[in-house]
Amino acid sequence: MPRCEITGCPGVNIPQESLVEIRNLSFSYDSRPILSGINMTIPRGKVVAIMGSSGCGKTTTLRLIGGQLKPTSGEVRVGGQVVHELDAGGLYALRRRMGMLFQFGALFTDMSVYDNIAFQMREHTNLPEAMIRDLVLMKLHAVGLRGAHNLMPSELSGGMARRVALARAIALDPMLIMYDEPFAGLDPISLSIVGELIRKLNDALGASSIVVTHDVQESLKMVDYVYFVSEGKIVAEGTAEEMKHSTAPYVHQFVWGEADGPVPFHYPSRMAYDEELLKREVARD
Amino acid sequence: MIDSMLRFLQWLGNHVTRRINRLGFASRFFLAIFLQSGTAFRRLHLTLREIYFTGVMSLIIILVSGLFVGMVLGLQGYDTLQRYGSTEALGILVALSLVRELGPVVSALLFASRAGSAITAEIGLMKATEQLSAMEMMAVDPIARVVAPRFWGGVVSMPLLAALFSAMGIFGGYLVGVQLIGVDEGSFWSQMQASVDFRQDILNGVIKSFVFGIIVSWVAVFEGYDADPTAEGVSGATTRTVVTSSLAILAADFILTAFMFRGA
Repeated sequence: MPRCEITGCPGVNIPQESLVEIRNLSFSYDSRPILSGINMTIPRGKVVAIMGSSGCGKTTTLRLIGGQLKPTSGEVRVGGQVVHELDAGGLYALRRRMGMLFQFGALFTDMSVYDNIAFQMREHTNLPEAMIRDLVLMKLHAVGLRGAHNLMPSELSGGMARRVALARAIALDPMLIMYDEPFAGLDPISLSIVGELIRKLNDALGASSIVVTHDVQESLKMVDYVYFVSEGKIVAEGTAEEMKHSTAPYVHQFVWGEADGPVPFHYPSRMAYDEELLKREVARD
Repeated sequence: MIDSMLRFLQWLGNHVTRRINRLGFASRFFLAIFLQSGTAFRRLHLTLREIYFTGVMSLIIILVSGLFVGMVLGLQGYDTLQRYGSTEALGILVALSLVRELGPVVSALLFASRAGSAITAEIGLMKATEQLSAMEMMAVDPIARVVAPRFWGGVVSMPLLAALFSAMGIFGGYLVGVQLIGVDEGSFWSQMQASVDFRQDILNGVIKSFVFGIIVSWVAVFEGYDADPTAEGVSGATTRTVVTSSLAILAADFILTAFMFRGA
């Protein structure tokens, strides 16, 4: 029986080239379905984007991969382990090999940039402080912010905070890095820097990356594969080039930012517009 | 008519069920704090930092309030005692009022407003800005790393603050009674020393403030952890911390007093 490379527990036989396998994954908040029957594969060493409009279930997918939510049905396997079946110890062992960049960085506001990056090293290793210092400065150098190690998060710009969060996400050289809207609210220069860093760090660490985003132009420049999610289902998938030239209505509307298309402009209403106006007129009379 | 009654019953049922659910969650949370307290004790600097923020930073409000409460007790006590010609007993009145009741209760109420609300707001904002989620994803349990040190910081700080409140209050009573009004200094101190019992008065006061420390810290960390991750949610949680812990302090004070001082 093969063993999981992370926890050492007996695992199932999944293709070595896939790090994350999502099969028939469904998830609901109370009775509101968010994801229904999703299938995805994240190959090793690749950068995969999950795209879709706001509220379509992208972030929920990341949380299910990280074990912060439990699926209603289906499963997520990371390194051969079914995430929702792991006990607390197994889940924490798995998370030590994952890095996650949150939408607005989620830096610890009571700690300096240096301490934010050293946090995981101090929590999970017995490395001497001198070595932690070298590692922290290396990580900060990789994102171009070695000179900012003494600053507090409140002293950073949005783009800098995102890069510090990126340095923190790779603090323990994870095998899987997850990015939740890494480009949200960034100026064009910061956006381009963060995009480039995601690609470079993934290749340098030999990791796999999942980027949840709706920034089409920036992400299509650097990802290997794209999944489009709409209303909790995968509506299209393919390489970045295939997506750029896709004629599928949803993909076309999304990639080219068109107002008209399968994604409706209006939030669904129970009554037709003229009917609602007429009702008000009648009530006024 | 029947419809509105049914709706009311449905609302009542939902309301009661939600309250019971929340109480159950709060109890499990309390248990989890104890189970995850290893980190708070092994890495003592985490707890010491919280003692600084909740205890040391509350000193000004506690000491100043203690002084004024003691001074008011001195004035009011003298006014009452002189009617019976026993102004020498002012020291006993001030000391017993403070050590038994006012010290633990008032300092706990002040602690809930000053430190409890700050703990709730801090944890609530950490939740709203996904710092707690980030910690979980780094395989670090937020209850062990964030909640338990703050809880124990509050539990340790509370009895110390109550003791300082009482000491400052007695000094305030002395200033007004002896220095301002002219009560005999020897009687003031000697009667206090003779009448205040260590176990019955002081130790019971310390036990009370320890219990109040547990109540305030528990309510504060729970409300922060359970807050809706929005500005409105954090603001509501902070208000609930002050209201719930103040009411709980007063109710617990009655229960503890009934057990401690009956017939004494």
